[in-house]
Amino acid sequence: MEKNETHVEHSNHSYGKYIVVWMALLTLTAITVVVAGVNLGEVTIAAAIIIASIKSYLVLTVFMHLNVESKPFKIFVMVAIFFIIVSLVLLFSDYSNM
Amino acid sequence: MSSQEHAASAHVHRDDIGSKMGMWLFLFTELILFGGMFFMYAVYRFLHQSDFHVAAKSMNVLIGTTNTAILLTSSLTIALSITAIQNRKKMLSLILQGITVMFGLVFLINKYFEWSAEIHHGNYPGSPELISQSPGHILFFGLYYVMTGLHGLHVIIGMVVIMFMMRFTIKDIITPDNYVKLEAAGLYWHLVDIIWIFLFPLFYLIT
Repeated sequence: MEKNETHVEHSNHSYGKYIVVWMALLTLTAITVVVAGVNLGEVTIAAAIIIASIKSYLVLTVFMHLNVESKPFKIFVMVAIFFIIVSLVLLFSDYSNM
Repeated sequence: MSSQEHAASAHVHRDDIGSKMGMWLFLFTELILFGGMFFMYAVYRFLHQSDFHVAAKSMNVLIGTTNTAILLTSSLTIALSITAIQNRKKMLSLILQGITVMFGLVFLINKYFEWSAEIHHGNYPGSPELISQSPGHILFFGLYYVMTGLHGLHVIIGMVVIMFMMRFTIKDIITPDNYVKLEAAGLYWHLVDIIWIFLFPLFYLIT
């Protein structure tokens, strides 16, 4: 009986949200190429990283199903990202004093 | 009957959450592998900013952008193949998995032409032309070959994994009620996509 319930739930999956996210990803790619063409000096690299982060967020949440995954998955990923950022900050706190 | 019982017992002994958690843990080790290289890139870029800018000018932005679009689209097709199997559309799922592998192949073919052009220009590790350049220039191309090369290796592995998933789908090992293998393969493919999302601006768009 329980199995049948999951069945009904599973037969309702839609393709639409993936296609919307895919179009958003392609649009963001176009934006990042155009922005790189404009000379913004110091802002260029920041803009590129921010757009790449937005794209990764979309892939993680929708394509990799993190938005519907249980809490431990989300916490795991956040901890991983947190430690990458900590490592980067520590690394550059060293180099910026050189 | 007996097959139903078998399916029921298989259902009981399965741990899809655990399987997915295991896949995510593996993906974190991949993150450490590539993360270390991104840190290396960040430090060398910080120390040799103008050299990196000059070196990146020889990158082919058109091929880079095309490959980005190809990988993003392949991420879409593998995500849709999971939805298809959930919706009991075995054939559609198989086709979408096949398209994903094809996109991976096209990505690698582009990569081949790109590397060939770079090597033709003398931009390969240890070449006389490259060695005569500034240290930052040499580092840029060293990082370029190692990072996109390792990424390319991951694309090849991902293609092989998805081809196994196609076999599993044909043999009904992956079914509408048991598709966690396909989900894990999808997660791997998406990670490869995310790594490229960062590689692309860092190597092609910093001129």
